[in-house]
Amino acid sequence: MTQASLKVRFAGPLVTFQDGGRPGQMRFGVSASGPMDRLAATAANVALGNAPGATLIEVSMGGLVLECTEGALSVAVTGGDFTVEHGSAAVPCWSILALEQGDSLSIRPGKSGSWAYLALAGEVAAESWLGSSATHSTSGFGGGALSAGQVIEVDEARLREDRHGAIARPDFLPEDRQMRVVLGPQDRHFTAAALAAFRSEPFALTNAFDRMGVRLSGPELPSAGALSIPSEPITRGAVQVAGDGVPTVLLADHQTTGGYPKIATVIGDDIGRLSQLRAGDKLRFAPVEAAQAVRIARETAEARAAYLAAIAVPKGTLAQRLMRANLISGAISGEEAVPD
Amino acid sequence: MAAVTFTPVSDHALMVQLGDEISDALTARVQQLDSAIHAAAPQGLLETVPAFVNLMITFDPVVTDHAEMEQAVRALLQEGAAAQVPGAEREVLVCYDDDLAPDLAAVAKAAGLSPEAVIEQHLAAEYRVGMYGFAPGYAYLSGVPEALQLPRKPKALRDIPAGSVLIAGPQCLVTTLTMPTGWSIIGRSPTEILRNDPERPFLFDVGDRVRFARIDRDRYETLCKGGTA
Repeated sequence: MTQASLKVRFAGPLVTFQDGGRPGQMRFGVSASGPMDRLAATAANVALGNAPGATLIEVSMGGLVLECTEGALSVAVTGGDFTVEHGSAAVPCWSILALEQGDSLSIRPGKSGSWAYLALAGEVAAESWLGSSATHSTSGFGGGALSAGQVIEVDEARLREDRHGAIARPDFLPEDRQMRVVLGPQDRHFTAAALAAFRSEPFALTNAFDRMGVRLSGPELPSAGALSIPSEPITRGAVQVAGDGVPTVLLADHQTTGGYPKIATVIGDDIGRLSQLRAGDKLRFAPVEAAQAVRIARETAEARAAYLAAIAVPKGTLAQRLMRANLISGAISGEEAVPD
Repeated sequence: MAAVTFTPVSDHALMVQLGDEISDALTARVQQLDSAIHAAAPQGLLETVPAFVNLMITFDPVVTDHAEMEQAVRALLQEGAAAQVPGAEREVLVCYDDDLAPDLAAVAKAAGLSPEAVIEQHLAAEYRVGMYGFAPGYAYLSGVPEALQLPRKPKALRDIPAGSVLIAGPQCLVTTLTMPTGWSIIGRSPTEILRNDPERPFLFDVGDRVRFARIDRDRYETLCKGGTA
């Protein structure tokens, strides 16, 4: 098929190429990277008819403005509630639309959310490292950050009109700001008062927030014992507390080892929604037992699979959709009836 | 022998701690367990991350859980001493010229040695890859001779070039990125640790043995330009 080119008119900091990430390399000091909000990124790809881990663009609160300079293709936008403009027309976030030569697309922070995803129907040309185009922000390895003037080439660019329109948002994760955690590995290093504050007090995100992690503000969490432990492996979601008693939640591009004690670790399914909060937003930590965390992971995996399967189904041709909407029933005889 | 402890980490990982105090013997046991796990991969295993005194196992929580993973590891530990991981021998080339080794004089002064004696000691030791961390390809090598074991500098310096050969305490590290560091910079290496080779993307695996070999400036410059002199 054909090629499409998108010229970057403006890109804020930390607007990067991402894909499903590069898990399995932590033993070499390499965190998995990939989208800060994996579910939103996967949804954008799947709803567009791409592979779930296809290369897409993660848009930070810095924003992104593109212009289609060649060809035409369908694109999907998901993530936080960003303000999306197609030319001068406002487009809801969580939708699929066509970009044609001369069209511009602007994605800027809106009501809420810290990260938006732009998936492109076709194969995005991006540098790969260790088999993945996910940008590891501290090294710059992978697809890299976008900058003004850059041209994004999309091979096999396609218009997928049968997918245009709204993408159903996931509704199977809690919508509150309670982040479920499993305590430890070093919860015993903290004073009883620190543990009580961790469980019951709100914490706010600060603007020390990037792809490596986010510093919180709130009650100090003094550690009872040694300030440092022998450097040990860390996973995404770790809530580590430096010597000053301030917790940091480690995110997609986290260091793979470290010597600060971790009071708790956020469960996998809550890291995306934590990452979508903004500086100043408050959250609370809700400790769950490890076995309960696994039950949550299993239930969520099932709900996620059903959700992704549902949004992966094309909505049908324009005629079919119009019929379904019962707007012109009878006008198109000979068309098969499409069940609701 | 200290008791082994198992601690759940989030919904998808288990920390297996073999002891508290860093020692070569303990790190070797972590590495033995690491290879035993890979030789008989338990169902649902995703990856293992070995460090000095512990090992993190990540798994797919849809397939397995912390308790099953702990059981699998306990069984492996009971099977007894897996063979010591021999570790491949790797060579890292270093140029110790003054401008590439800004802290060599200070290290020499603190150690009460001449800069040449520091270089000799650094070259004479055999190092072992204890773990990776901090950034891609940052391999922590244990085995710095006692005379050269110095604390970190009080302040980190910014923009230290990739390839810098650093020491702090019992550890040595060859950097792969331009990064800040508070460790002492005693040389520069043209040896690529990030190899851009899909078959073996990193020069070392955890447990490998490492020796440094001295090169002169001409060879350093040639190798940096991609030559093979």
